[in-house]
Amino acid sequence: MKFGIVTFPGSNCDYDAYQAVVDQLGERAVYLWHKDHDLQESDVIILPGGFSYGDYLRAGAIARFSPIMQDVLAFAKRGGPVLAICNGFQIACEAGLLPGALLRNAGLKYIGEWVNLRVETTDTMFTNRYELGAILRIPIAHGEGRYTADEKTLDTLDGDGRVVFRYAGGPGDADEWWSPNGSMRAIAGIVNETGNVLGMMPHPERAVDVLLSSDDGLALFESMLARVAV
Amino acid sequence: MSRYRVAVHISPRQGILDPQGRTVADALHSLGFASVRDVHVGRHIVVELEAGDIATAEGSMREMCERLLANPVTEDFEIASVEAT
Repeated sequence: MKFGIVTFPGSNCDYDAYQAVVDQLGERAVYLWHKDHDLQESDVIILPGGFSYGDYLRAGAIARFSPIMQDVLAFAKRGGPVLAICNGFQIACEAGLLPGALLRNAGLKYIGEWVNLRVETTDTMFTNRYELGAILRIPIAHGEGRYTADEKTLDTLDGDGRVVFRYAGGPGDADEWWSPNGSMRAIAGIVNETGNVLGMMPHPERAVDVLLSSDDGLALFESMLARVAV
Repeated sequence: MSRYRVAVHISPRQGILDPQGRTVADALHSLGFASVRDVHVGRHIVVELEAGDIATAEGSMREMCERLLANPVTEDFEIASVEAT
């Protein structure tokens, strides 16, 4: 399977994603330049983390107008799988691929730490290799990750099983909603209505090797391998 | 065509948690401004543009706010001034 990783000016997790796909997953990956209009026949698009366009105006607000994003939007509309991580999630919200917005962390500080995530659904192309309710150790690294949407949108996301990951305490208190950044309903990751776009603030691509503390993120990539037709 | 300078205020929508505003309010209280009830921190953007008349200038600015300058999910905007320059 071929993963296309978009590099915007200011992206800084594109190589992490490349390394996760090529070295850990053993699949192919190519970088897609923001000024191009060529997805290079990728099967999956990754919008990586970073600070695209310096986070000017609002995180993700400018990146959505990049030439390549017009092709990514068309790809997503055709049902193509898009994994939007951190800044990628912010870009996906700004571009209207996902509902809601990611605002400044409630504590006003950038947070870089390991968190626990609870798998809220395994019925997606991104999480079919996880156990429902599993607690994953995956790092976050963001200043604007407070998921915000109106009540109606939140109810729809919950009702349709589109909340994929929530921040959780430990395995013992996994039912407590807990969020490091003030996210509404402790939301850490959601999918779009058709289930082919996942946006998440935590970094699964940084948790693919026990040498780096955790390989809990690897099954997310393996889930796509299992489900995406090549 | 004339040249206009259009200014817009963009602020967090009422009811959405504004931790920056709250922090500034706390600081003002510390300074002794006990009368402060709430603070909202937003952005002020000034655009210089060419337009046929003042209404067109304001209309373009409104569209720019709706499509890029303000986030329709979390922010409100208000045209603060339109001046011919």
